Amino acid sequence: MRNSKTLTTTLVLVVLAVVGAVLPFLLSHYYVDLLTMLFVNIILVSSFRLITIIGDWSLAHLPLMGAGAYASALITGTLGWPFWPSLLLSAIIAGVIALLMSVPLSRTTGFSFFIASYAAGEAMRLCWTRFRQPFGGHTGLANIPDPGSIGAVDFSRPIPYYFLALLITAVCLWLMYRVCRSRIGATFHAIHSQKSLARALGINVVKYKMLVFVIGGFFAGVAGVILVHRMWAISPNQFGFTPTLYLLVWVVFGGTGTFAGPIIGVSVLTLIDQLLDPLAEWLPMFYGAILILTLLFLPEGLEGVPKRLQSWYRRRQDGGKASEDSTTPENVTTEEQD
Amino acid sequence: MAILELQGLRKQFGELVAVDDLDMSIEEGEIRGLIGPNGSGKTTVFNCITGFLHPTRGKVIWQGEDITGQPPHMVASRGMARTFQLTNLFRDMTALQNVVMACHLHTGMGLVKQYLMTRGTKRRDREIEEKSVAILEAMGIAHVKDEISGSLPHGHQEALGVAMALATEPKMLLLDEPVTGMNPSETKDMMERIKHLRDTGITILLVEHDMKAVMSTCEEITVINFGRKICQGSPDHVCSHQEVIEAYLGRS
Repeated sequence: MRNSKTLTTTLVLVVLAVVGAVLPFLLSHYYVDLLTMLFVNIILVSSFRLITIIGDWSLAHLPLMGAGAYASALITGTLGWPFWPSLLLSAIIAGVIALLMSVPLSRTTGFSFFIASYAAGEAMRLCWTRFRQPFGGHTGLANIPDPGSIGAVDFSRPIPYYFLALLITAVCLWLMYRVCRSRIGATFHAIHSQKSLARALGINVVKYKMLVFVIGGFFAGVAGVILVHRMWAISPNQFGFTPTLYLLVWVVFGGTGTFAGPIIGVSVLTLIDQLLDPLAEWLPMFYGAILILTLLFLPEGLEGVPKRLQSWYRRRQDGGKASEDSTTPENVTTEEQD
Repeated sequence: MAILELQGLRKQFGELVAVDDLDMSIEEGEIRGLIGPNGSGKTTVFNCITGFLHPTRGKVIWQGEDITGQPPHMVASRGMARTFQLTNLFRDMTALQNVVMACHLHTGMGLVKQYLMTRGTKRRDREIEEKSVAILEAMGIAHVKDEISGSLPHGHQEALGVAMALATEPKMLLLDEPVTGMNPSETKDMMERIKHLRDTGITILLVEHDMKAVMSTCEEITVINFGRKICQGSPDHVCSHQEVIEAYLGRS
């Protein structure tokens, strides 16, 4: 059982790696860049999902991504550092900001956390707007340096940058997956499922809430760095409330129960975005509808679909037998409501 | 010396006085019963002792040290373990995983080590697992260790709750109604195990509704009503006490 599961996982990963390696050579540069942005969003949703394990839904995640983006833009632009040290330093800066935010935030739970995290993120975003030096105010920062080149590989080109993003995304996902699988991840989960019990067992809940928020902030920062170096300019609005809502929809649509859930969610919705391109102005409305429909009919998100289909299929078979005995419509409706 | 002492403990929720200047002292190695009618403040006393509630005034003295107002995880790390009514398990984990999680205090591993999963960490994990199985055996539920705890029968769940408290290696165990909903033979079994724990040197404070269980297990019983201590003494003394009889009969 376990062996066949590891085998499936390995197979899926190999297929993904092959597709990931071949795909950019088959697509136009527009779509290659789109996939690069998908990688950014995959890191973003996975780091967000990490925080949901402990039961917190943070609205400061996009601003933290912005912190990484702004930090790297300033470090490479104003200070003139190369890309790689800036990547690490910017992510650490985002982590440190997350740490500062988490001091008050970790003392709140549920809805108060939700609102307080929004306030914390918004406060930071307003700083970027308010201080033209060094953040550039409303218009933000422009002329952000590209990562340069290693040997003959020029990372200002879409395809090399794609592979750079792919590599960093793979490393980030692996690191985050290890967090989930470690005893630390189990402790996050325990705190979510029974907080009082966890405290009675000697678990310092506040410390773990800070820890998960900092880890989440660090990886959001990495996402920000990959984002910013593929863009010519960034502005505070990119990290505001609307993109935060998109993040929430991706995560809810995919489901937070498994590591892969949010990744599937953001991938599927990105694909749908492209299919609906001619109707782009209707997109926010479409996202709203997706959010509501998911909450109503797929509370576990896309990841709950296989299980639902299974039970639906079984019920259909049972229902088929049952209908031979009695075909009262009332029976059918009550069954469907389950 | 008393292992735990409450001095003038008081807890008010607005106008309501849940615990009213309670004095209580528990000796090391004792099995103490804390009983009282519904809503008499027993669980509030528990919560004040273990740091889940801040007492309005008064002191909680643990081994001669004032621990009033310390957060629950600190109280736990000092050697006081408690169980809960109802919310006593991580329901989607297996029985073994529950106890392993409860070993948190004594894993002796920093966060970095836990993350890196070095060979030393893995060996330590195996040791913890063995220790957890031993605890499950002591509570008589080792045979269900790989079952999801939320779907275990009620008696096993209660035993698992106690097993988790034991995994924190406590000096004192505070049990909140451990035999609620159990049949007489399960109750007897649980009480035997509790007595056995006392014999291994763990002091026990037992909050319980089941009078028969308390009477047969505890040497000393404290009775509270409306947050006030109305009587304390041996089971016989308590049973014949006029105010206790009134408190209980008045309820029914």
